[in-house]
Amino acid sequence: MAKKIKGLTIQFVPYTEIERLHSGDRIRKLLNLVLGNRIIILQGKLWPEEETRLIEDTMAMVGHVKNFKGIELATLNPNSNNLGLFGKMRHGLAKALGAQEAITIIGPASIVREMKRDPRKIEILMKK
Amino acid sequence: MFKEKKELSLGFYGPPNAGKTSLANRICKDWTGEEIGKVSKIPHETRNVQFKEKVEIDYKGKKLTFKVVDTPGIATKIDYEDFMKFKMNKKDAQRRAKEATQGVVEAIRWLDDMDAVIVVLDTTKNPYSQVNITIIGNLVARKIPVLVVGNKIDLRKADLKKVESAFPEYEVVGISARFGKNMEEFYESLFRLAKKA
Repeated sequence: MAKKIKGLTIQFVPYTEIERLHSGDRIRKLLNLVLGNRIIILQGKLWPEEETRLIEDTMAMVGHVKNFKGIELATLNPNSNNLGLFGKMRHGLAKALGAQEAITIIGPASIVREMKRDPRKIEILMKK
Repeated sequence: MFKEKKELSLGFYGPPNAGKTSLANRICKDWTGEEIGKVSKIPHETRNVQFKEKVEIDYKGKKLTFKVVDTPGIATKIDYEDFMKFKMNKKDAQRRAKEATQGVVEAIRWLDDMDAVIVVLDTTKNPYSQVNITIIGNLVARKIPVLVVGNKIDLRKADLKKVESAFPEYEVVGISARFGKNMEEFYESLFRLAKKA
């Protein structure tokens, strides 16, 4: 009998898809994708208040949505210390526009065991 | 100079099992003779915000009164099966997980009530975890002064330098809350933090 192969979807969400959304709608959109068992690569990052809102909404769902155990989350920012003058100006502008230069990865904890983050890389450890 | 000030709300934030309650206990025990809460090896032992009012710290002639607020560990995931690894039965593990999720939400909601916050991190763990960044990012956004405490420096795997390089913009003090190591330096840092509040 053929063995069933499980798939994994990684979805890219460009900044333009969330830029005009209110915080609540941004969180809802991201959580809906995670609930569909997708790993999201988001261009940009959430504001600190949005990150806590994401955690609060996630916690509200754990125990209420079947098999949902939460999320793994990691953001990588370009290191402004390593940039030249023009790089810093560009970085400052990007920051003002919502830190589009950053990358945020969000995945369901039922699939992603751990995201190990350091300043230069994110390591995604998957569940067996 | 330190003027007579109102009671400062001092929050203890951080990921689960970093030693927030151990540190809050040590401070409360040192200055009031009573502990604030129970500690355990099982994560999410603190599942409600617990506080002690009028904790008067009289250190080297300086006096400050705090409301010590110990909060549940902030996490992005909670799986009851993780608690079962500590020989907990399924029903108790599920109850603990439910209470822990509510505790995370409660901890976040208390952020606005803090005058100053001590972020307690485990020096044997990776300091770059997103939860740590999120907590500190929120404190900065709310203009709440922060002191980063690297706990468990008594352990062989402890790496305080890594915590310092992860948060170069903040004062970082290494301690062992369990054994009371380096508390002198901690109290010096605490008074500097209170000045900013």
